[in-house]
Amino acid sequence: MRPLTFASRGAPTQRLDLSPLTPQNLVGKTVAEIAKVELGTTRVRVTVGDAFRIREGDPATILIEGGSARFDRVGMGMTAGAIHVEGEVGVEAGRGMSGGELTIRGAAGPFAASGMKGGTLEIEGEAGERLGGPLSGETAGMSGGLVLVRGDAGPRAGDRLRRGLILIEGRAGAYAGSRMIAGTLAIGGEAGDLPGYLMGRGTILLGRGATLLSPTFGDCGEHDLVAARLLADFVAQASTKLARLFRRPLRRLAGDLAALGKGEILLPRP
Amino acid sequence: MRALTVNGVAIDDTFAEAFDMRATAIVITAPSARWAAQAAVTMTGFATSVIACGCEAGLERVLSPRETPDGRPGVRVLMFAVSTAELQRQLQNRVGQCVLTSPGSACYAGIDAGEDKLKLGAAIRFFGDGWQIAKRLGARRYWRVPVMDGEFVCESTTRLTKSAVGGGNLIVMGASAPKTLAATEAAVKAMREVSDVIMPFPGGIARSGSKVGSKYKGASASTNDAYCPTLKGAVDSALGPEIASVLEIVIDGLASAAVTEAMRAGLAAIVQLGPDRGALRVGAGNYGGKLGRHHYHLKDLLP
Repeated sequence: MRPLTFASRGAPTQRLDLSPLTPQNLVGKTVAEIAKVELGTTRVRVTVGDAFRIREGDPATILIEGGSARFDRVGMGMTAGAIHVEGEVGVEAGRGMSGGELTIRGAAGPFAASGMKGGTLEIEGEAGERLGGPLSGETAGMSGGLVLVRGDAGPRAGDRLRRGLILIEGRAGAYAGSRMIAGTLAIGGEAGDLPGYLMGRGTILLGRGATLLSPTFGDCGEHDLVAARLLADFVAQASTKLARLFRRPLRRLAGDLAALGKGEILLPRP
Repeated sequence: MRALTVNGVAIDDTFAEAFDMRATAIVITAPSARWAAQAAVTMTGFATSVIACGCEAGLERVLSPRETPDGRPGVRVLMFAVSTAELQRQLQNRVGQCVLTSPGSACYAGIDAGEDKLKLGAAIRFFGDGWQIAKRLGARRYWRVPVMDGEFVCESTTRLTKSAVGGGNLIVMGASAPKTLAATEAAVKAMREVSDVIMPFPGGIARSGSKVGSKYKGASASTNDAYCPTLKGAVDSALGPEIASVLEIVIDGLASAAVTEAMRAGLAAIVQLGPDRGALRVGAGNYGGKLGRHHYHLKDLLP
């Protein structure tokens, strides 16, 4: 069945909150009803009909044609179905989503996958800062699901990650996996300074090391970990590039010993 | 008792009586097939009968690296008990003492369907003394417990089925001990090709079949004198003058259909071997049909 399609009418005049455009919100609504849904974030009213041309289709799959860095909160709170964005998006893409599949064929702004609980988020371009991280005042970041970034990620990717898997095929900014509570963060390229800063538990894999590793991680030597085989098979469903890294002999750094110290950084043998 | 004769082998017109059991399955992997089997053999030692062992357990089949969760050689072990609590206790003790301790081992759920969960790594993780690590991948959760050769990886839980059946059996009777053993071995070999069953006795074979009760206080079971060839002239024997040796195969299955299939395969192997090289007669053990819910009539299982 054809997807319900929103074709962008051009660059938006203000930041838009696209969180109403999720499969569970649109099921049972007519095109006319959908066109009246408000997306504006200022005192100037902007509706779906103002920003997009709507082509009727099955709301279980939503296609957004044309992207913008002002398309905020795409897929926020999504519980099931699929949303595909043919372009870039703004802040908080996939925030709080608990199921379904969100695919972004471009870059995503800060706080993508923030508070995510389940489902899959794929970003083909770059991800902004604090990928999967909590907003101010929240105690935990992403708590489930899978995030795949084909490009690079900004600083503090996986901040306060509690559960789930964040896969970054490119590089990551400073403090990747900072304050991690648990979960798994894999970075294919080089990470910035101090990955795993104050992490308590969890696993960070650094495909090409980091510009600066914290001295508060203890070297536990190189190992062939059975758990890494399980991770490799699981990761292979999303990224064969990162799965290969898990299959190499891995140097295990335990830390952050300045915090709880029960996490680990895994460094594949070059 | 009337008997049919197939390929010269007499088949008693009787049935095996079997019981509802609780059962689970686990997969054990290791760096080599030898060490996976070693862990399984150790874990399933002293697990022939629930009468005194707490559970009945056995190695169901060898798994190729492609069939195991971590891509290493493995085996699948089935375990049966009379209650969920006893099954949990036996699983925890045996994995903890025999699999955790085996070099390079890892342990996973071996059954996806089932009414309830049993703790696997969730119980053994405490050996890690705080250094254990949980890793959830999709719907599965694993524990990584640091040990002296690396890490013991163990899935958090496995499933429990209440549809299991214990006590399917064949009684194999022959003119000599070697011929009876040959027929019984052939049957066990054929039964091992059937999925979801184990034959828990040594090599799949029991030579000391028992009857309920004893003349001695405190013994719940005693030798099945009616099938002891050395007592043929002294008791109300079930054996004719041509029978000199009797062996029994006990079958436990995750479902009744698996026990049926195994008994059918075993019977076919015995019949195929024939009386000259194998058994003269095949019977089955029951308690008059009053104790066990599952009855397997030999005449329905003939090849």
